[in-house]
Amino acid sequence: MQAFTTLNALVAPMDRANVDTDAIIPKQFLKSIKRTGYGPFLFDEWRYEDRGEPEMDCTNRPKRADFVLNLPRYQGAQILLARENFGCGSSREHAPWAILDCGFSCVIAPSFADIFYNNCFKNGILPIVLDDAIVDQLFKETYASEGFALTVDLQAQTVTTPSGQSFAFEVDAFRKHCLINGLDDIGLTLQEADAIRAYEQNRKQQAPWLFPV
Amino acid sequence: MSQTLFDKVWQQHIVKQNDDGSMLLYIDRHLVHEVTSPQAFEGLRLAGRKPWKVSAAVATPDHNVPTTDRGQGIEDPVSRAQVEALDANCEEFGITEFGMNDIRQGVVHVMGPEQGLVLPGMTVVCGDSHTSTHGAFGSIAMGIGTSEVEHVLATQCLIQKKPKVMRISIEGALPAAITGKDVALFIIGKIGTAGGTGYALEFSGEAIRALSMEGRMSLCNMAIEAGARCGMVAVDDVTIEYVKGRPYSPKGDAWEKAEAMWRELYSDDDAEFDAELVYQSSDIVPQVSWGTSPEMVLPVTAAIPDPAMARDEVQREGWQRALEYMGLEANTPIADIAIDKVFIGSCTNGRIEDFRAAAAIVKGKKVAANVKLALAVPGSGLVKAQAEAEGLDAIFTAAGFEWREPGCSMCLAMNADRLEPGERCASTSNRNFEGRQGMGGRTHLVSPAMAAAAGITGHFVDVRDWS
Repeated sequence: MQAFTTLNALVAPMDRANVDTDAIIPKQFLKSIKRTGYGPFLFDEWRYEDRGEPEMDCTNRPKRADFVLNLPRYQGAQILLARENFGCGSSREHAPWAILDCGFSCVIAPSFADIFYNNCFKNGILPIVLDDAIVDQLFKETYASEGFALTVDLQAQTVTTPSGQSFAFEVDAFRKHCLINGLDDIGLTLQEADAIRAYEQNRKQQAPWLFPV
Repeated sequence: MSQTLFDKVWQQHIVKQNDDGSMLLYIDRHLVHEVTSPQAFEGLRLAGRKPWKVSAAVATPDHNVPTTDRGQGIEDPVSRAQVEALDANCEEFGITEFGMNDIRQGVVHVMGPEQGLVLPGMTVVCGDSHTSTHGAFGSIAMGIGTSEVEHVLATQCLIQKKPKVMRISIEGALPAAITGKDVALFIIGKIGTAGGTGYALEFSGEAIRALSMEGRMSLCNMAIEAGARCGMVAVDDVTIEYVKGRPYSPKGDAWEKAEAMWRELYSDDDAEFDAELVYQSSDIVPQVSWGTSPEMVLPVTAAIPDPAMARDEVQREGWQRALEYMGLEANTPIADIAIDKVFIGSCTNGRIEDFRAAAAIVKGKKVAANVKLALAVPGSGLVKAQAEAEGLDAIFTAAGFEWREPGCSMCLAMNADRLEPGERCASTSNRNFEGRQGMGGRTHLVSPAMAAAAGITGHFVDVRDWS
């Protein structure tokens, strides 16, 4: 997993509440057995006029001119600014895979759906929760100035605007540690193998039907 | 100390508590399907890892399988490759799989309980958000992403933080014709799709106790649509009766011991919850969703809301956008909405009781002329066989329904079953998101009886008045 430390990047606004994972990556793309290649299909139904199919070449597909990610000013954005309950719905990790593959490594919103939030950390994406009012202000500033960029510092847990205004955010200590160091948490859990075996031995006495031979 | 149902089950699964409040939680059952597992198996291979406890995982293909004749295999090469990848991975890692042509194959959340693979007090995970279904058994059941599927395969554990616990009580007897689906939609309509975020929900009260296991599964299935980590119902006689005698349920002495333990799985009288909500069952009317989020739901007796009445700008824009997508006008009575297709099935409503309820409505009647397609898709091969033994398939086909092979089907349209742009569907599934049932498709979430009745009349009707 790619480590996340600091990021200074262009912001793209996704100005809708309750953006669900079906919208982020429609179901037909879930047929792939790979972790990569989802970027061109991010927000497929909102981004293109035709119906996307897996492994399609997207370069010449008709784009919806008014969709935010199609606007020239947001090309190259790495921070996605979103509204409440972003990532609700399905547990598909294809959603963060598509976001990452499209170049975003940070999503800022007033709230996220649980599973999506968790999936982001597993893929080197930092989801940041900021107050509704702050997010609202960031939307206004993004619209107001072309090239609006934010600086995200995970170590310091701050988001800083070009004018120097800084907002603190919360992040779980363990997730922060894994993200900063790009750690695979399976390896970390396997360091607890003895504790897992001890638990199993004990549990087997209480509930033997959970341990068929 | 008195405990909630959630706390009792959670406590029994803590392997190790860390200083930062996170913990290693042991997972008893891991259900696997073809869509969210291939990258996890690939991860195991790349790292040279083996499943920690191979007997904990059981797999079945469901999202991609055709619901028409399977003699020809899967026509779509991409879908076929994914199902074949599941077969190959299960073979390689020694995981039990009910393949596409096994009678036990089905929607993973129908198959699991049916086989007794889901038992009270378990921790259950699956790379699918509707894993919350299994909380109906007094288990902690959570949907996870593919990285966590790999994590559970490799370690049998998940790194978790304890969620808060919210009790939602429905007081009073369950009114006639009100199902677990209506209760679920009613609750989501009240608390919203983020109302349960950060919480485990426990559903309780007289109306919940009155639900069958099928009804409780429909209810817990949709806990995720309220944003919750999981939904649960305490164990009682209904639970015990359902579990008894299933292929993977404990037998003999083990059963006696298990039952005694399971009987303890309820919230103690003075247990404290982080939040509590109480509703009256008499306020629940058959529900119909009208928009593009499950919280956009109303009683069948109501009319489409007017964006002018929204609480704020964000909601107003959401409603406006939903009305536009759904092709609906504010203030239209829900009963005036005509439909093009009907879908009965899914992990929410693909169980035997659901088909009995729908068949009771359509018996001796014909699908309306404006309904282009009415699908009845059993949740598993065993549900299909049971329904056929009861003659339900004949009732559906005589009414003009198509009786199909088991799978997820038009709930998410990953196979060939889908809505075309602009088509409107009365669906027993769980999500009415834009494009969920096909690009441009318009979904109205309802109970099986409501979907069946809409199929017969061609528009929504109140099943309480059905004759």
